Amino acid sequence: MSLIELQNVTKVYQTGDVSVSALRGVSLNIERRSFVSFIGPSGSGKSTLLNLIGVLDKPTQGTVLVSGTDVSTFDRTGAAGFRGKHIGFVFQDFNLIPVLTVAENVEYPLLMLGRLSSTERRERVEHLLEKVGMADQRDKRPNQISGGQKQRVAVARALVTNPQIVLADEPTANLDHASAYKVIAVMHEMSNELGTTFVFSTHDPKIVGEAEVIYTLEDGTIAGTEQRKGSAL
Amino acid sequence: MKNILIIALRNLSRNTRRTILTSSLIAFGVVLVVVFGGLAISFKSQMVGVLTNTAMGDLQIHRKGYVESIDNLPLNLTLSGAELAKVESMLKGMPEVAAYSPRIKFGAMISNYAQTSNIRLSAVYPDLENRTVSGFVKRIKGNVPDPDKFLSPGEILVPENLMKGLSLKTGDEIVLVATNKEGSVNAITTRIAAVTENVFGPSGKDGYIHMQDAQTLLRMDEPEIVEIAIHLQNYDQLGPTSAQLKRDATAPEASFEVHTWEQLSPFASIARIVDLLIIVVKVILISIVLVSILNIMTMSVYERISEIGMMAAIGTPPGRILSLFLVEGFAMGLLSTVAGIAVGLGVLWVMNISRIEFTFGQMNVSLAPSIPVTELVWVTVIVLFVSLLAGFQPASKASKMEPVDALGHV
Repeated sequence: MSLIELQNVTKVYQTGDVSVSALRGVSLNIERRSFVSFIGPSGSGKSTLLNLIGVLDKPTQGTVLVSGTDVSTFDRTGAAGFRGKHIGFVFQDFNLIPVLTVAENVEYPLLMLGRLSSTERRERVEHLLEKVGMADQRDKRPNQISGGQKQRVAVARALVTNPQIVLADEPTANLDHASAYKVIAVMHEMSNELGTTFVFSTHDPKIVGEAEVIYTLEDGTIAGTEQRKGSAL
Repeated sequence: MKNILIIALRNLSRNTRRTILTSSLIAFGVVLVVVFGGLAISFKSQMVGVLTNTAMGDLQIHRKGYVESIDNLPLNLTLSGAELAKVESMLKGMPEVAAYSPRIKFGAMISNYAQTSNIRLSAVYPDLENRTVSGFVKRIKGNVPDPDKFLSPGEILVPENLMKGLSLKTGDEIVLVATNKEGSVNAITTRIAAVTENVFGPSGKDGYIHMQDAQTLLRMDEPEIVEIAIHLQNYDQLGPTSAQLKRDATAPEASFEVHTWEQLSPFASIARIVDLLIIVVKVILISIVLVSILNIMTMSVYERISEIGMMAAIGTPPGRILSLFLVEGFAMGLLSTVAGIAVGLGVLWVMNISRIEFTFGQMNVSLAPSIPVTELVWVTVIVLFVSLLAGFQPASKASKMEPVDALGHV
């Protein structure tokens, strides 16, 4: 069974009397440990697709199965719990909590899960900060580090709960080229080391080249799929 | 919870200027309540203390129907003989009653042989009176060697007003003329033993003579007691003791009625107005807290919509987001209250040192304001409760945000 299965998924946004179809009958499977990218022009449905996989939104029609669970059945609290346990997020704008230090930002999802002792939490946070190369910045606040560093912290935060999936919506859009490469390299390394499935959307053709599977979206449908094994990183 | 508290406190430091301004406003409200409450409560308790400890006692017993015509000081509504013995026996059996003082109250004329004026006289047993209204001797000007013998037969204590009005001085001989209940007029001569300070009352013309002299003046074979003033062991027992005595007074054979000082003194209305003013100040405080916290929390939520979306997205349950904002408002209320109480107590301390003196009615009042701990606890509880109440709407709004919408908010 695939980690993520979308079966004939449709998403329609209703704004007043106007209906906008963001996704039209999308079906796809994403396997475990894969490094997947959604590409396509603005408005093609990339973010909507990520939102549905990330249990942030519900499909108008069709089924979204994540780890065998139909995620459209969750209520708000159930969805939050599922996301906390199974899914990590990396956002375009980093979205770190400004009043927390780097280490505290990474620790935050573990506090929400509430299952680990403070020692276990600290060990896991330190390990991930080492991995993303931010251990020496652990006590800084987000406004004291660069954009690339913020995104590496965000990657560590997304991975700290050992999720099966990390979803990244345009993770390099606000970064310069060198920082973008570093972030993607960290994501790739973590995927290989931890076996986490990374799914991200992007416009950046250089970043796209690092993906193992590329889905091209156009007008809410899958216009093409490309399988590429062994990236340059 | 500890982590939520830490995040909440740090969130308060995001916009320090705004937090300080809002906290100052709430703290100002708390200072207002503490200082005004301290002044008002001290004024009230001092006035009540003066009235109950120097004149009225905590409770009074009269013959049924007396209070209705109390302004006329009637001498035909008295407790005498068996009735008095019965009431005294009842009072002696009540552990809440610390002391009681039988009195005869009547109107008389006072003359220095050249001028005459009217006077309200209280005939008392000095020892019983001193035990019942122990503060009274402090209002006698001059040295009183034995408080239980502040008055001897043949002596009178004259209030300041009359002393001035009749150009009297201590040691002067005066004549008292009174009509007894049969309508017979009699007169006695007495010597002025001392002057009494005026106590807040209807006329400031209250003098004191010994019970023995009243019997002579009014031609009574035995004292016909008009009033029994009662002093309780503990003022807090006023309600229950008064209720018990009133129950006893409803017995068919009972010939007396019971009133608390509040029912007899016009100051009780002023005390009620003081209580009302304290409530009004508290309502102002509630309004300040409500508007301040609601405003700052609404702004906080609006400014952090995207962050709320992120928190929800990475698995923060709605309840946790709700509590995060509630704790933020609560923490602000708590910090402001602590600051406000500290400043308020400081102001009261300064007032205490400098002593506030003023004249109320005919009494010189020296206030040493202080506020009871229970009042501080109430203020804290009010602010914290209102902080939670005011923070609930914005916090609830934050917890109900759809993460996908919140994340897209710019």
